[in-house]
Amino acid sequence: MDPIIILHAGIATGTVLLFATLGEIFAERSGIMNLGLEGMMLIGAMSAFSITVATGNGLLGIVGAMLAAGALSMLHGVVTIHFQADQVVSGLALTFLGVGLALVFGEGLSKAGTISLLPRLTVPILSPVPVLGPIFFTNQSVLAYVGYMLVPFSWFFINRTRPGMHLRAVGENPSAADAMGINVYRQRYIYVLVGGLLAGLSGATISLAVSPGWFSELTTGGLGWIAVGLVIFAAWNPWRAAFGAYAFGALRRTILDIQGPQLLLGIRNPFFFNPYYGFFLQMLPFVFVIVVLIIASREALRKRIGAPAALGLPYVRGERGL
Amino acid sequence: MSFKTVWRGTGLLLISALLLAACAQAEEAEIVGGFEIPVVEDGKFNVAMVLIGPHDDGGWSEAHWDGLNYIEDNIPDTHVAFIELVPEGADSEQVFRSLARKGFDLIIGTSFGYMDPMEIVAEEFPEQMFIHLTGFKTNGENYGNMFGEMEVFKYLAGMLAGSRAKMDGNPRLGYMATFPIPEEIRLGNAIMLGAKQTCPECTMDIRWINTWHDPVIEKEGAASLFDAGVQVVFTGADTPAAGDVATEKGKWGVNYDHVNACQTDGCLTAPYWTWGPIYADIAKGTIDGTYEPGFQYFDSAAGGMGLFGFMEGQTPQPGIEDLPAEDVQLVRDTLAAALRGDFDRFDVFKGPIFDNQGNQILADGVSLEQLDLDGFAEFGSPCSTCMYWWADGITAELPDL
Repeated sequence: MDPIIILHAGIATGTVLLFATLGEIFAERSGIMNLGLEGMMLIGAMSAFSITVATGNGLLGIVGAMLAAGALSMLHGVVTIHFQADQVVSGLALTFLGVGLALVFGEGLSKAGTISLLPRLTVPILSPVPVLGPIFFTNQSVLAYVGYMLVPFSWFFINRTRPGMHLRAVGENPSAADAMGINVYRQRYIYVLVGGLLAGLSGATISLAVSPGWFSELTTGGLGWIAVGLVIFAAWNPWRAAFGAYAFGALRRTILDIQGPQLLLGIRNPFFFNPYYGFFLQMLPFVFVIVVLIIASREALRKRIGAPAALGLPYVRGERGL
Repeated sequence: MSFKTVWRGTGLLLISALLLAACAQAEEAEIVGGFEIPVVEDGKFNVAMVLIGPHDDGGWSEAHWDGLNYIEDNIPDTHVAFIELVPEGADSEQVFRSLARKGFDLIIGTSFGYMDPMEIVAEEFPEQMFIHLTGFKTNGENYGNMFGEMEVFKYLAGMLAGSRAKMDGNPRLGYMATFPIPEEIRLGNAIMLGAKQTCPECTMDIRWINTWHDPVIEKEGAASLFDAGVQVVFTGADTPAAGDVATEKGKWGVNYDHVNACQTDGCLTAPYWTWGPIYADIAKGTIDGTYEPGFQYFDSAAGGMGLFGFMEGQTPQPGIEDLPAEDVQLVRDTLAAALRGDFDRFDVFKGPIFDNQGNQILADGVSLEQLDLDGFAEFGSPCSTCMYWWADGITAELPDL
């Protein structure tokens, strides 16, 4: 059980979570919660794989995946922004819709080729760096590198640029933003779309790079829900999101690798001697999501961890309130 | 007409359309627990199958689905239907009950965890036949257990994998096992015993993945073994993940279940099932009332199994080509003997056999009994040696039950 191997594998799975989490951070920062991540990711995974197998072009697959998931997210946008419907209900409906559509269009796809459809890269100068090199910069999928760049970019965009300030304003106090001349509706549509595009990219990461192939709803296997939990764990901060996503990726792999050695830190390794303990580890990510969602559902706690003040509240122009 | 009216109208139209669609559906099919229950065709012999994975998973479920279609194609006046992706446990009980209520004459459940639900439902519908794989229960009347001696083919694949690993100078195998049940331990032991024939120094690591069908976890499990330094990975689960990951890692995998499971060059071979003839016999026997359900355990000679690359009309995978000729010949000879009926599970599990704790499991020339193959004494099986042990060479342990 080599921690470097575990972390290296964790980056790959973590990249899936990272894209979805970052996308959701953008959407929620603008005040729109989209619980449909799982559905959008599945649509993305299906479109990416289907298009790439048909055309042989991975880039086309990624673009297709982002557009498909983006289109789905716009449905959520229309329902929650234009018609001011409940965001939780619409998000859940979006999950069902996305999963259903993906299964219908993915019918018969699962037999097609099953090895990685995107190139892997080793960065010449950075890969020899001890510890960090073998984890981050050796034989990782191109999409992992996109993830590395997207994290600082997202942080900078949200916290240090003018459009980022508008984004935060719309999520914290839409009426004030409106009064300042920001088009609240347009802003929210844009960031819901960004959330959808990134969820599509996240799905494409699974079906093209991490676990190539199309395996119906098991392709995402609940990762979308973990991403929803990660957004809250990350307190809507891209850096913490990256940490959480990679840590979760590593945890998934640890569950398997920990069964290898007979001794763990000098004592009898319980996971080597008893296969049943693995069930407990497999449960942990979902326990985490439940705990985080409980915290987030409590108003006082939410304020404390820095949730956007207008998150989940529809904005009606001209009405009093947030 | 105002904007709002247009939307209201559209909404109403949508809802009524959905309602109409739902009513039209209701006449044809019933939905139970999210699963659409198929209907029987009057005047025909109706067979239903419940699958744990999708019917096109390229592995276990697809092999059964092929077998189901074989029934319809080869026995006149039969109608077949299936339900896929049915989780084990309580959900499946509803599905089995609904199928029985619809009037299916023969209902086949193809996953270990359907065992208890099927037992309950079979009791409620004594006129219909229930066949279950791969558990260890039967009521001797209308609920039968069925499986075949796959251990022979895993043993042969173990020979090839041992030869391959030795040739590559890395005598380490890996076995991605699903759950600690007799079937998985038996097949793992068979692999190890086979590998020892061609590679006495070979060892085998185990990864429990706690699932029969989760392609993503299966891939992660295979990667975990390869990254730990293993040269050839076997899978005990449903999809071709081992060979696929092996291809990416430049190593070797042994897939399972379906004749088409070896689609990538990294796949060394695949022991597979051809359920068609077996199912057809059961269906025929049920139609004329001659089939007696119990513990049916068919031999290699029954034509229900194969070793990919070595059966008639197949070409061996690239990974076989440069193996020592005497190893490949040994596999071919043993396979031929098995298909003739001269080599079976009792030859695979024939002493001297030691477990990995140094205990002698079987004395020289003594074989396991049928009960031992599928039993844990701790769970009430009257077996004497049982299957709760790992063969010498396997790097893993089993907890006290």
